[in-house]
Amino acid sequence: MKAKSITKGVMVLLCLFTTALSTTAHAEVKLIGSGASFPFPIYSKWFKDFSKENKGIRVDYQAKGSGAGIQDFINNTVDFAASDAAMSEPEMAKVETGSILLPMTAGEVVLAYNLRGVKELKLPRDVYPAIFMGEITKWNDPRIAEANPGVKLPDQPITVVTRSDSSGTTYVFTKHLSAINKEFADTVGTGKTVQWPSKNQFIKAPKNDGITAQVKQNPGSIGYIEYGYAKLTGATTAMLENKSGKFIAPGAESGAAALASAEFPAGTLPNSEVPNLIAWVSDPAGEKAYPIATFTWMLFYQEQDDAKAQVLRDLVEYCLTEGQKSADKLGYIPLPDNVIAKVRDASKLIQ
Amino acid sequence: MASDPFQSADTANAVSGPPSASDYAGDALFRFIAYACALLIVVLVAYILWKIGGQALPAMQEFGPSFITGTTWDVSKGDYGVLPEIWGTLYSSLLALLLGGIFGVAIAIFLTQGFIHARLAAVFRTIVELLAAIPSVVYGLWGIYVLIPLLRPTADWLHETLGWFPLFSSSLNGPGMAPAALVLAIMILPTVAAISVDAFRRIPYKVKEAAYGMGTTRWEAILKVMLPTASSGILAALVLGFGRALGETMALAMLIGNSNQISVSLFAPANTLASLLASNFPEASGIEVEALMYAAMVLLAITFVVNVLGLMIQQMTMRKFEGKK
Repeated sequence: MKAKSITKGVMVLLCLFTTALSTTAHAEVKLIGSGASFPFPIYSKWFKDFSKENKGIRVDYQAKGSGAGIQDFINNTVDFAASDAAMSEPEMAKVETGSILLPMTAGEVVLAYNLRGVKELKLPRDVYPAIFMGEITKWNDPRIAEANPGVKLPDQPITVVTRSDSSGTTYVFTKHLSAINKEFADTVGTGKTVQWPSKNQFIKAPKNDGITAQVKQNPGSIGYIEYGYAKLTGATTAMLENKSGKFIAPGAESGAAALASAEFPAGTLPNSEVPNLIAWVSDPAGEKAYPIATFTWMLFYQEQDDAKAQVLRDLVEYCLTEGQKSADKLGYIPLPDNVIAKVRDASKLIQ
Repeated sequence: MASDPFQSADTANAVSGPPSASDYAGDALFRFIAYACALLIVVLVAYILWKIGGQALPAMQEFGPSFITGTTWDVSKGDYGVLPEIWGTLYSSLLALLLGGIFGVAIAIFLTQGFIHARLAAVFRTIVELLAAIPSVVYGLWGIYVLIPLLRPTADWLHETLGWFPLFSSSLNGPGMAPAALVLAIMILPTVAAISVDAFRRIPYKVKEAAYGMGTTRWEAILKVMLPTASSGILAALVLGFGRALGETMALAMLIGNSNQISVSLFAPANTLASLLASNFPEASGIEVEALMYAAMVLLAITFVVNVLGLMIQQMTMRKFEGKK
């Protein structure tokens, strides 16, 4: 008898406990995302602020890298993902519930260098691909000197620092170099990891911060990093010649000018009614445009449970309005207004 | 009075009594746990091998031996080869073993052969062992911010004056083999030193007394008597140190330059298998994961061969110097 009443009591308690749990779980929506490390500083700020403003909502984001984010998205282990290299068609075909790709912010890839006494360095269009192909090996090479009259360039070998890990930044950078230099396209090519020339002056370092550290430590070195990191660490960056022959320094304005030329392809993503918002700015034509800029995307499913879909739509709206305001400060480029309108329309398809 | 003498002894004094049932049970339990632990280690190694091997199998079938002789790692073209990494792993580890081994054994001799007071020796030993507690990433940062700038003037001078010599044939552009091998040497130093110290300590004191009794000088005693007698322990220390150097990842990924090339120059950047795995795993997918698993198998195979070779040399010296079979 006694044993029975105890079990009864435990059952009642358990019931109470689980109902209590389920009610709190209902009020609380937890979103998990993973992917690109390039926009991580700004995403983490957005998600933190969004979670703070909306009670009971938590957004967690893990900067695993673009490739890993896409993998998680396909395996259905996350609520959303992020990628610098968008998604390829075969990858999209693997997502059964349909995918929506929205550009959320944009960034620039800059060339950081370390040359004592050289505060300003101009690199022409034919020169910087040649440096990254290992053709120009000395800082006082006549082709560099010609573009920088009055600058005292040292007789020093150029140490080229590239990424040792697979990276969206490498993808964007090599895509641009391949677009402006045919020889680069043929020998090195475009990819998240590429086979850089096997020469002694080419060294590799992991992640954006790894390259930044190596460039800062080694006189005579040059490397490509995301603009936000350069801004954060105060690295000196080179001015690059754009398509219209002007030398442009990286920054919010020149980046926005580059994005203005982005043309989204007409039509939709394959096998769906989602507008295709994948555009690459591999060689912008504008006079004030910095040559290497790119969007970075968030990946959403078309179908999920209603509560989550609502929060995801709110999240996108928040990023498009409040979020864009913090972009410049963190070294990212705010999206142009016409792009924001397109993204807002497309986000309605998150159901 | 006529009772069993054993029985009375048992009740009179529990200390000398026969083992009780619970003693037997305790023994059996302990034996069971010991066997289980030993077996578990074997099972764990087998499981790791089976898992990694299973994932590496598709790449093994596709690339076969050309994976080991290939020199490019190009994901976009699907071309995978790890010869530069194998070379870099062995070269950096051997350089580190050479440096760390010489210093480690020298430290062990210094600490055990009466050069300094025993208490001071204990302090020194603790300091050397403290090196093992420093995280690998700290060594990497130390290498980037302290060691490379420190090496640069010497490296530049060596390259300019002795550039014809293959070891100095390239200039030091920051990360490279020399800083990587130096940091590795420091990392394996505590392992080599601590085990060598134990090897010297294990020699019975009478051996040293006998050597002095025969009229040897201190150095003759150390080099001709103590060192050979401790040789199997020292070799074990070197094998362990080498194993540590082969598998070291983080510090090397930061210091070696991760460049896919084969060069004997001390100042050229190179790459190692462990560093390749660490750099490429996070974003790998599909066939690249399989290729990376294959690379992991290659690293395991190298470590296995090194350990077996070390064991064989150790047994050879034991037969030669210690008269054991």
